[in-house]
Amino acid sequence: MAKDHVGGSEDYEALIEEVLAAYPAKSAKRRAKHLTVAKATDEEPDATTGIASKCDTQKSNIKSVPGVMTIRGCAYAGSKGVVWGPVKDMVHISHGPVGCGQYSWSQRRNYYIGKTGVDSFVTMQFTTDFQEKDIVFGGDKKLAKTIDEIEELFPLNNGVTIQSECPIGLIGDDIEAVAKQKNKEHGKTMVPVRCEGFRGVSQSLGHHIANDAVRDWVFDKEDSDAVKAYEPGQYDVNVIGDYNIGGDAWASRILLEEMGLNVVGNWSGDATLAEIERAPKAKLNLIHCYRSMNYICRHMEEKYGIEWMEYNFFGPSQIAASLRAIAAKFDETIQEKCEAVIAKYQPLVDEVIAKYRPRLEGKSVMLYVGGLRPRHVVTAYDDLGMVIAGTGYEFGHGDDYKRTGHYVKEGTLIYDDVTGYELEKFIEKIRPDLVGSGIKEKYPVQKMGIPFRQMHSWDYSGPYHGYDGFAIFARDMDMAINNPVWGLYDAPWKSAPEAIAAE
Amino acid sequence: MSDLRQIAFYGKGGIGKSTTSQNTLAALVELDQKILIVGCDPKADSTRLILNSKAQDTVLHMAAEMGSVEDLELEDVLKVGFKDIKCVESGGPEPGVGCAGRGVITAINFLEENGAYDDVDYVSYDVLGDVVCGGFAMPIRENKAQEIYIVMSGEMMALYAANNISKGILKYANSGGVRLGGLICNERQTDKELELAEALAARLGSKLIHFVPRDNIVQHAELRRQTVLQYAPESQQAQEYRSLANKIHNNSGKGVIPSPITMEELEEMLMEFGIMQSEEERLAAIAASEAQAS
Repeated sequence: MAKDHVGGSEDYEALIEEVLAAYPAKSAKRRAKHLTVAKATDEEPDATTGIASKCDTQKSNIKSVPGVMTIRGCAYAGSKGVVWGPVKDMVHISHGPVGCGQYSWSQRRNYYIGKTGVDSFVTMQFTTDFQEKDIVFGGDKKLAKTIDEIEELFPLNNGVTIQSECPIGLIGDDIEAVAKQKNKEHGKTMVPVRCEGFRGVSQSLGHHIANDAVRDWVFDKEDSDAVKAYEPGQYDVNVIGDYNIGGDAWASRILLEEMGLNVVGNWSGDATLAEIERAPKAKLNLIHCYRSMNYICRHMEEKYGIEWMEYNFFGPSQIAASLRAIAAKFDETIQEKCEAVIAKYQPLVDEVIAKYRPRLEGKSVMLYVGGLRPRHVVTAYDDLGMVIAGTGYEFGHGDDYKRTGHYVKEGTLIYDDVTGYELEKFIEKIRPDLVGSGIKEKYPVQKMGIPFRQMHSWDYSGPYHGYDGFAIFARDMDMAINNPVWGLYDAPWKSAPEAIAAE
Repeated sequence: MSDLRQIAFYGKGGIGKSTTSQNTLAALVELDQKILIVGCDPKADSTRLILNSKAQDTVLHMAAEMGSVEDLELEDVLKVGFKDIKCVESGGPEPGVGCAGRGVITAINFLEENGAYDDVDYVSYDVLGDVVCGGFAMPIRENKAQEIYIVMSGEMMALYAANNISKGILKYANSGGVRLGGLICNERQTDKELELAEALAARLGSKLIHFVPRDNIVQHAELRRQTVLQYAPESQQAQEYRSLANKIHNNSGKGVIPSPITMEELEEMLMEFGIMQSEEERLAAIAASEAQAS
């Protein structure tokens, strides 16, 4: 039963059929559209990975089937939890009943530097704590009072965002009017975000709404003195879509700075409001989490003419390729420094690979994460000699699945908005050596005798970005897979299954 | 209490629901009935003729003042007026903010949980104009009003509203036990008003339970914040309300599941009565007036 198993069938088409057979006809038909196997394609293989497959044959970004256990979040989670929450010098109000704020409190491990409660507020939880009377009589007055209290108790805050929970949209509160009024009174940035949880099919719409709020309530307002005073330099770049989980952004930033670039702002891990305000002055937008922040990058391209490019800092092959691609946007000085940076870290890479690759070679992995990592982390596993058996997104769109074709080989199992049942069945049948997903999946998988790593929170470890992150990533994967505990999984008085005896 | 009767008055805004219901309930007291009126309108004007006062403290305003509805005592909001009729107003937000429908739900739950319905024979709900959302449908849901009385007149919009309210009743008639008790026509002195009211009642599968004639004495009483029963108990109009009260009292269990009609059917009916012109007539009338003008 433990992880020393015989891997399951490789015929994933048949596996999909088998899993769908448990559903009533109508649900099976709907779910079938989300499950597929990466197909062959005529497209040129990706320059870095050497891979080309077709993964965008199924549906995505549509409503979950009622009654199944979906792993998705809501629009509020997308705005408060992902995009705005990590901005450290602003206070983010969970506007509505207390639960949404309580259960989303500090969940994404967005590290930051600052004095919590003085000039930084990320790990604090602010809510208007709606009661029945606020629903009946409207909550605008309470919101105004909350903002006043925040101003009095935390005078070093640089602004407030209002993260709408469901009831705000239902009772028609005018949070924009409150924001304008308080902006006048306190002279600070106020951002009302209409991210009511019932909007859209997943957290994805919340990202979009949050991006739009940056445009409407930060960019389109008058520039602050700090922004006006800022003299842009020729090597200014923004890092967009790095939430500094476990310190990811720091491990990325040093590489960019070592090659001579000036990181004007990092969105939104460890970010200040000023970093967001100054962003339109940069030369290039570097986007890591495409799914959650491509919207604002497209806007900055249209309005300010800032070019944007995607990059990937998971695993040395992709890091080197990304660094070179970034350097190619600048002059030779940067390009030379870029090569120096890659060379500098090569010994570290060699050491890590020499140590861990022999322990991990050929091990299979199944992933199920949010909107970026189901493809982005694949190459970090590749660098360790591991193979991807299956991957899927909670809230990816068609363009995400298209990009996935540059990362996973033909024959990989692809599952979109997978249900609790489907994922469990797939894992049970495929029996990979490692599953990477979230906290809800962790314990059922471990109880199946299969090693697991949380790939949202890095399982309280990290960083995983950059060269330093890769060393930690490799160690963590080894720790999970080669943990001696799996040898103790079966009771000693029970005879080992034949499959193990045969090995 | 098994023999508690719960009724509700619905109808188009401004039709005279509150006036009619308060006068009728004041007359019902004479039949030895103990009554509780529950006003379900944020304006809180459903009980002023009984209480002879401007406006009373409402459940929701008191609850908001004290913190929450759990902090509220029944005595804080239950007032006793003319001939010991008990009155409660749900209250609600000022126009344009918050959720008045949720307020009605909160208020009714509070009253039930705190025993406001003990020791009365009748509970009467007075609900604002339209059943705009689930909150205002609260009184017609399960275990609330058994019969709905629709106050209407011969005006077109009042007829539309009566038909719409019947649709609301139909929706809950099968899941709960709500029935249409009948139509009450509050005379506006429009053409063929009585006939029209009777015809609509017949189409809805119900009956016109009473035709309340127009009488200025109602306005005179209202200016003094009184019902006609209090202001001029011997008047003819007071007799009308007594008659209506009697009919409602004897109508227990005789409500029906209404058969609301389509918009087209309703318009056809209005054309039959000459209230509404057919398309040809309308064009002809326009042509005639244009010819006259030129």
